[in-house]
Amino acid sequence: MAQNNTDQNRQIRYLNPPTVEVRKKKYCRFKKAGIKYVDYKDPEFLKKFLNEQGKILPRRITGTSLKFQRKVSTAIKRARTLALLPYVTDLLK
Amino acid sequence: MLKQYETVFIATPVLSEEQMKEAVAKYTDLIKSNGGEIVNEENWGLRQLAYPIQYKTSGFYYLIQFKAEPSFVDVLETQYHRDERIIRFLTVSLDKYGVEYAEKRRAGRAAKKEAAAAPAEAPAQEVKSEVEPEAPAAEAPEAPAAE
Repeated sequence: MAQNNTDQNRQIRYLNPPTVEVRKKKYCRFKKAGIKYVDYKDPEFLKKFLNEQGKILPRRITGTSLKFQRKVSTAIKRARTLALLPYVTDLLK
Repeated sequence: MLKQYETVFIATPVLSEEQMKEAVAKYTDLIKSNGGEIVNEENWGLRQLAYPIQYKTSGFYYLIQFKAEPSFVDVLETQYHRDERIIRFLTVSLDKYGVEYAEKRRAGRAAKKEAAAAPAEAPAQEVKSEVEPEAPAAEAPEAPAAE
């Protein structure tokens, strides 16, 4: 009985790590692609940083660096004032 | 010292083409008469708004890139406020990367115009679909800008 338990534990311990390792490393697409200016006139590009309700996605999810996250958020807000992007919607994509 | 700015305004969709030209001329003249110089103009035409503004669901978009004294921006914006034809406007100063991007965009649009002038629209679309997969994220902001 005791041996069985330890065997199971080992299996569980073994099964968990690989799923963590599989996770892809996030990266900042602006740094990778060498983009220096985030254009507010291009709503199609900015939609990559919005969820379905038109909210700005956190850095945690997109992987954007802080420097560019700030630029993206100002660009999105400018696009919103010009009615290129909605403030609130459903099913943006 | 002149600084580079960029202004976009949305005019009411009820304007005729001539009235629109008149409005554009008013603002370009205003920039010139205040010691500014116009770098670039773009007419985006009638576009759907993402949400209604003053009960209107579409509007004429017009972009002007210009160089002017920083104090001129206030003058321009008071004119916008007083103008009933204009339902929304945005003036933005461009940093060095913005200026760089604006130049690239202008070059891209000029090339696109030439391409569109020579053949019909269909080949232009084909070219675009070919270009996009080759140039991934690096070209992402430029590719749609060239539209």
